Amino acid sequence: MSILVFIEQRDGRVRAVSREALGEATRLAATLGGPVVGVCPAAADPGLAALGEAGAERVLLAAHPAFAAYDAAGYARAVAAAADALKPALVLFGASTMGRDLAPRVAARLGAGLASDCTALTVEDGRLVASRPVFAGKALQKVAFRKVPALATLRPKVFVPVALGGKSAAVELLAVDFDAAASRAKVLRVAAAGAGRVDLTEAEVIVSGGRGMKGPEHFQLLEDLAAALGASVGASRAVVDAGWRPHAEQVGQTGKTVSPKLYVAVGISGAIQHLTGMSSSRCIVAINKDAEAPIFKVADYGIVGDLFEVLPALTEAVGKLNAHA
Amino acid sequence: MIQVVCVKQVPDTETRVKVAADGRDLDPAGVTWVLNPYDEYAVEQALRVRDQQGGGEVVAVSVGGPGVLSALRNVLALGADRAIHLRTDVTAPDPLSLSRALVAELRGLGAGLFWFGKQAVDDDQAQVGPMTAELLGLPCATVAAGFTLEGEKAVVEREIEGGREVVELTLPAVVTAEKGLNEPRYASLKGIMAAKKKMIEERPAELGEPGLEVVALVLPPPRAAGRIVGQGPQAVAELVRLLREDAKVI
Repeated sequence: MSILVFIEQRDGRVRAVSREALGEATRLAATLGGPVVGVCPAAADPGLAALGEAGAERVLLAAHPAFAAYDAAGYARAVAAAADALKPALVLFGASTMGRDLAPRVAARLGAGLASDCTALTVEDGRLVASRPVFAGKALQKVAFRKVPALATLRPKVFVPVALGGKSAAVELLAVDFDAAASRAKVLRVAAAGAGRVDLTEAEVIVSGGRGMKGPEHFQLLEDLAAALGASVGASRAVVDAGWRPHAEQVGQTGKTVSPKLYVAVGISGAIQHLTGMSSSRCIVAINKDAEAPIFKVADYGIVGDLFEVLPALTEAVGKLNAHA
Repeated sequence: MIQVVCVKQVPDTETRVKVAADGRDLDPAGVTWVLNPYDEYAVEQALRVRDQQGGGEVVAVSVGGPGVLSALRNVLALGADRAIHLRTDVTAPDPLSLSRALVAELRGLGAGLFWFGKQAVDDDQAQVGPMTAELLGLPCATVAAGFTLEGEKAVVEREIEGGREVVELTLPAVVTAEKGLNEPRYASLKGIMAAKKKMIEERPAELGEPGLEVVALVLPPPRAAGRIVGQGPQAVAELVRLLREDAKVI
C-alpha cells in the first residue's frame, strides 16, 4: 500500500512542512510499504520533480487555474480523488494553517479518521499509532485508526526531511472535477504581516516578552535582540490580553505551540498555559528578576536580573558574535 | 437569520492534567469545566451579527453528557435564544462521529451561519468545524480573526503563516473563531436570570462510527532542570558561550 502526501505550495513554492511529511512517509514506507506519492493542487507545476530528493517516487499534479490560491473545497476534492485512485494506507499533511484546514475536509469526504498535529507516528503490534500533544502539550494522546486510509497532520519542525541526492520524482497530471465558478468560498487576497518575518510555528529562534516588559513601548528591546538572533518575536497571554502585542504572537494554550531550537523568555513568569506552548523547544533561556519564577524550572539556562539591563547586553554580545562570524 | 453556535465543555486552561485509571482519558477529579475559550469568540460574533441585523435567532448546540448543560446555560446567559443538547454517554467522541451527530441535527435548522471555536483546548484536534462543513456541503473559513457580513456574503480574515488570508463566503457557511475575532462580553445578572427560563431541547446524539480510537494518554517526561547562569548583565558573556559551545543553538 502506498503513502500519500499532500504537497503544499504557496506562490509556486513548495513549503517546508511538505518535505518534512515526505521524510516521515519515506521512513514509514520501510514498515508499511510504499511507494511514497505526493499530490499537489496548484495552478502550475511548482517544480515537483525535485521532490524525488525529498522522498517522493511520483507526484500527482492536480492542475487547475483556480488553484493558484488556496481553495478548500477544490483542494479537498483533489486530495480525495488521489486517495480514491491510489487506495493508500496513510495520507499525510503538514499541520500548517492550510493542512489543518484541508485535512478535516478530506477526512470527511473519505469517512476516515484524522489525527491532528502529530509529533510521532509509530507502528505498534502491526498497527499505526499517532502520538499527538493534547491540552496544549500538557499530555500526549496516542490514537489508533479504525479505517483505511489513516489521515494525519504533522506538526511543523518536528519531522526531519530526507535528502536522496540526484533522485527525481515522476510528475503525473491528476484530473480534478471542480467548477471554480460554482465555488462558494473564494480567497480575495493574502496580506503579508511584514517582510522577512517568519511565523512563530516555523521559527528557528523565538524571543518572547511577558508582563515584565512593563509596556508595549519596551518591546523595541526585544525586537533588537530578535534582529540580532534572526528570531521571531513572541508574547505571553498577559501581554496580548493587555493589547501590547497582536494575538498572532501569543505563545501558549490559547495561542501558538512552538518548537524552535532556541526560545528566549524575557520577563515571563511561566504560567502553566504558557509553558505548555513552548516546553518542546530544544533550548530554553529565561531572563527574569524573580529567581523563584516557574519559568526557571523549564529553562536550560537562566539569568536572574533586570531585563532592561540584561537585554541590551545580550543584544550587543550576539551582535559581536555575528560580526566575527 | 438563524445562526447556530456549536460549543464544547472543556477543562479550564489552568488544569493540571492527570491520567485516569483506564490510562486513556483525563482523570476528571478536581477538574473545573468551562466553556471552550475559542467558543466564546464564536458566541460573541453570532450575537453581534444578530444585533446588527436587528433580529434573528442564535441557537447553541452541544454534544455530550449532562455536564454540557452548564456550557449551554452559559451561552444562553450571554444572549443565545435557545439551546439543543445532543445527549450521549460516550465520554470523548472522536471528531468524525461528533461531526456526524452535529450534521444530523444542523441539516434541518435552516441556519445561515454555523459558528465553532477554531479548536477545543482539550483534544486540540481542530477538526469538527471544517468536517461538519464538508459533510453539510457548505463553504467554510477556519481560524477567523476578522468577520464582516455584507448581505449574503461573509468576508473572513484568517490568520495564516506570516500574514492574513481574506476569504469571501456565500451563505450558508461555517466559520471557526480564533482568539482576537472580537472582545467577548461577560454574562450579566439579568442574562443569567433570563437563561433559566430559556429552553434547552434534549435529544439523543446520533454519533456516527468513529475514525479514531484513543489507546493511551501519557504525561510528557518533565524537562530536566536547567541552571542559573548568573545574575544581571555580567552573566551575558557566559550565557552566550553556553548557547554557542554547549547547546550549539547560535
